[in-house]
Amino acid sequence: MSTSSSNTAENLDSGQIIAESPSYWSSVRSNLRNDPVTVTFSLILLMLLLSAIFADVIAPLDPYKTSMIKRLKPVGTEGFLLGTDELGRDMLTRLIYGGRLSLLMGITPVVAALFFGGLLGLTAGFIGGKVNMSIMRVMDVFYAFPSVLLAIAISGALGAGIFNAIISLTIVFIPPIARVTESVTTQIRALDYVEAARASGANSLTIIRVHIISNVAGPVFVYSTSLISVSIILSSGLSFLGLGTEPPQPEWGLMLNTLRQSIYVNPYVAALPGVMIFLTSLSFNMMSDGLRSAMDIKL
Amino acid sequence: MSSTIIKVQKLKKYFPIKGGILNQTTAEVQAVDAINFAVSRGETLGIVGESGCGKSTTARLLMQLIEQDDGEIIFDGYAVGKRNGIGTREMRKRMQMVFQDSYSSLNPRLPVESSIAFGPIVHGLKKRVAQKKARDLLIKVGLNPDLFSRRYPHELSGGQRQRVNIARALALDPEVLILDEAVSALDKSVEAQVLNLLMDLKEEFKLTFIFISHDLNVVHYISDRVLVMYLGQVVEIGDVSAVYSNPKHPYTRALISAMPSMNPEKRTEAVPLSGDPPNPISPPSGCRFRTRCPFSEDICALKEPALIQNDVEKRQSSACHMGDPHSGHSKNNLKGLPQ
Repeated sequence: MSTSSSNTAENLDSGQIIAESPSYWSSVRSNLRNDPVTVTFSLILLMLLLSAIFADVIAPLDPYKTSMIKRLKPVGTEGFLLGTDELGRDMLTRLIYGGRLSLLMGITPVVAALFFGGLLGLTAGFIGGKVNMSIMRVMDVFYAFPSVLLAIAISGALGAGIFNAIISLTIVFIPPIARVTESVTTQIRALDYVEAARASGANSLTIIRVHIISNVAGPVFVYSTSLISVSIILSSGLSFLGLGTEPPQPEWGLMLNTLRQSIYVNPYVAALPGVMIFLTSLSFNMMSDGLRSAMDIKL
Repeated sequence: MSSTIIKVQKLKKYFPIKGGILNQTTAEVQAVDAINFAVSRGETLGIVGESGCGKSTTARLLMQLIEQDDGEIIFDGYAVGKRNGIGTREMRKRMQMVFQDSYSSLNPRLPVESSIAFGPIVHGLKKRVAQKKARDLLIKVGLNPDLFSRRYPHELSGGQRQRVNIARALALDPEVLILDEAVSALDKSVEAQVLNLLMDLKEEFKLTFIFISHDLNVVHYISDRVLVMYLGQVVEIGDVSAVYSNPKHPYTRALISAMPSMNPEKRTEAVPLSGDPPNPISPPSGCRFRTRCPFSEDICALKEPALIQNDVEKRQSSACHMGDPHSGHSKNNLKGLPQ
């Protein structure tokens, strides 16, 4: 009986004709290929990134060259495709250069916060109990402040400057990332495959490395991507208040601030930095949304 | 057959119920209360009982996934986790477990091959060797490694996933396999295939099974001996044929009479149990079954019955005053239960 039963079992399963199944990442790729919106916005982001990196090559003029005669020229003026600002500097050039700082201020704090917040969240979620309590209640203290207010307060205390702005934004983003990581980790820690891994004699570090991180990474990564747009807006806000970038450096938030006074003279030019911020954060949001659905495992 | 591989002595696990402002322990669920049993090398011990009677807690205690409050587990002559005993890690290498939920017991982000190879890699096997072993095990559980090794759990059916789980449990070359409701979630036809597979594997790898189930028919089919649990305690243990044909404990009899049978002659008219099991937070005094037992007497509320051997030949023991001639119960005798 024993041999015959194992034979039927074998025939049953190997007899099913199933094509070689695609790997996880190739299925993610094919999901993305069928999603033109995500692809479009990803391309826009790529263009923004490239133009910021190669600003020296692309930008038509010097971003610091002022001219008293050519102040506040409208969009489409000859020689100044997007007009000039209140000091006669070429807007197109400054917008391209501005992408450097704005993207830096958008991405760096999130990456830093992803590291620290992820670590805290994993620790709290995996160990649980009192460790979880103490970490998460400290996070809650930070969470209690509105993020803008917290960023301004920390920046104000540390003083103006790009580096300080990045530090303050990092501190602002650690609690939400830690919270998301903690909740996903807590959920996964209770699943049977983590139990099974423990039952096979693995230590906690190995279990976190092999079983937890791979399952936590997806949702946390997608959530963090959506924070990049928030970070750009917050850093623009800091610059707007004079706490981030200092003039004459080109940065979208700062440009928006200085052009504010000219909004009745030349509204289109004054709005351009805002359009860039909007476009960038929209692209990050759309891309993270698309990534979320593409990386979802169908149950 | 005679050598004992696992001996459980007075194993106890109470789960605290926290409440109040200071999060203090307000009550305890007596999930497993001082149970004793032994498993011989090469046998299949079935564990049956209602939901919440402590079957799964017992399994997790055996694997040391949760720590006992009291009592000890002796694995192959060595106390688990004690000085001069056997370490948890070493014990887990020799005893593995298959979980009930075939989906949540596999990491959705890992191909099944990696899931199976994980244990051996943890125990120091080279990655390539472990993967080769995983592929060999897939063949053993009836899955073609060319088709399945790179697949993810969500691409498999329930039966296929449970086969992968079995392969994963076998990857460390264990001597004992705990099957915690391992086939309960499967379709009947798939369940039969997996049961046959398990019996083949048992023979091939010389395994000892602890088979936990609430399905009495399945336990009858696969087990050599059966252990009946009620509210965290062992009420009866013995050879499967003896327990099924001549139960000594009224709870066992109620369970068996509630078992659906295809044979009309085996159908019983006996009244099955009524009511729910009592609250394990505050179980009844004396015999825990007395609130639902048709033969309950005063003595049952006063004295807790010990597990007493009723039949040496069939290794049958039960924890009932009616099986103990000195208990003072009016219906006590060694012949069997009153009708």
